[in-house]
Amino acid sequence: MSAMIRINNVSKWYGEFQVLTECTTQVAKGEVVVVCGPSGSGKSTLIKCVNALEAFQKGEIIVDGTSVGDAKTDLPKLRSRVGMVFQHFELFPHLSITDNLAIAQVKVLGRSQDEATEKGLKLLNRVGLKAHAHKYPGQLSGGQQQRVAIARALSMDPIAMLFDEPTSALDPEMINEVLDVMTELAQEGMTMMCVTHEMGFARRVANRVIFMDRGQIIEDCGKEEFFGSPRSERAVQFLSKILQH
Amino acid sequence: MDFSQILPALPGLWQGMALTLQLLILAVLGGVALGTLIALGRLSHHRLLASAAKLYVNYFRSIPLLLVISWFYLVVPLVLQWLTGNPSPVGPFTSCLVAFVMFEAAYFAEIVRAGIQSIPKGQAGAAYAIGMSYGQVMRLVILPQAFRKMTPLLLQQSIILFQDTSLVYAVGLMDFLNTARSKGDIIGQPDQFLLLAGAVYFVSSFAASALVKRLQQRLAI
Ligand SMILES: Nc1ncnc2c1ncn2[C@@H]1O[C@H](COP(=O)(O)OP(=O)(O)O)[C@@H](O)[C@H]1O
Ligand SMILES: [Mg+2]
Repeated sequence: MSAMIRINNVSKWYGEFQVLTECTTQVAKGEVVVVCGPSGSGKSTLIKCVNALEAFQKGEIIVDGTSVGDAKTDLPKLRSRVGMVFQHFELFPHLSITDNLAIAQVKVLGRSQDEATEKGLKLLNRVGLKAHAHKYPGQLSGGQQQRVAIARALSMDPIAMLFDEPTSALDPEMINEVLDVMTELAQEGMTMMCVTHEMGFARRVANRVIFMDRGQIIEDCGKEEFFGSPRSERAVQFLSKILQH
Repeated sequence: MDFSQILPALPGLWQGMALTLQLLILAVLGGVALGTLIALGRLSHHRLLASAAKLYVNYFRSIPLLLVISWFYLVVPLVLQWLTGNPSPVGPFTSCLVAFVMFEAAYFAEIVRAGIQSIPKGQAGAAYAIGMSYGQVMRLVILPQAFRKMTPLLLQQSIILFQDTSLVYAVGLMDFLNTARSKGDIIGQPDQFLLLAGAVYFVSSFAASALVKRLQQRLAI
């Protein structure tokens, strides 16, 4: 299998503090990888390194053949090809839903306004929110905003999607509507790297699970192995804690 | 007040007010534009640029406006002559405008900087993540939100500037106050005209402040 995302020996420091230590993994085309681990273990930092929202000091990351750390890489172009969904949605509050979906298509990809609006509406329909096109983000519930955020990422026709705890800011009754959209995406063959503590989602959808602790990748294995017989004690502890909830 | 004295002076006073307003509007537009660039400089990761912007702000906030006005009156024509190569007489209006723009930019810059910093970091993150360049992130996502939040503060600063424009008397520019004073001097009754000028400044500034307060409350909701 060809790797869509290849992370090789990546280390990162914030000043003296080492936040990532020699992380190595890869995500194949069409693969869904769930990243979990305690708070502060470096999960967000790792996936933000993949689309260069964070810089790293050692190692390399290759996305679809392009080296992220290379000074010559056109980072905006790379980022436009990798979708990202955030914990707090981060829709643009001063723009309507329609414009949230169209703005990057027009300004980054150079599509016409009509084309971008049409594509946005199609995606909005797909996440079940077509009736809300004219509204502003502040008028939508958290779950609806997150579905719009996913649609916004998809509007760029990404080659892979990164999710950073997409459901952890949501009220419990809204979590499933977002997970359903993500599950559908996965089934359509999208390459996905998801930081999430939704172990039900991981069991159903993931191909592999990565467990991180203190900036290191402690486990990186198929989901059957991870849920069946995790090797590290820390992963066992983490799982028992999280599955109690 | 003796309106038989004031009435004939009204056209002249209006001309003075027109100059005051013209100066005010141009200085606010220029000051906000330059101030925004300076604020972006201060927030830049480029250390030299950030220090230069900080120095600019601290410098202009540490000297009196009257000094800047007088100084630019002497310097601006020289600079222009040096730039263009031939003597270019600039009137006091242009030199005052340049002085106000550069001076006010220091104050506007701090307002804009606070406005930019008040926008959650994730907004810029999301804008970069979708492929925008630095310029697009600022122009399309951060500044539109920041300006919305800052509008009351920018207007308040503009009201202060409205009053400060009266300092142009130092270089002989006939703004509203200077016109009122000279009209009063001519007929030997300066007190009448100064009272009138005071009333005009008070009413317009007070009304504008009240409007800004209401706007602030509406934006806060
Ligand atoms: N900008 C930063 N400066 C310094 N330390 C940071 C910064 N961002 C994150 N950290 C630290 O790096 C560690 C990992 O953070 P993060 O990747 O957000 O963890 P996670 O997503 O797994 O909760 C944490 O200890 C956090 O405090
Ligand atoms: Mg995190």
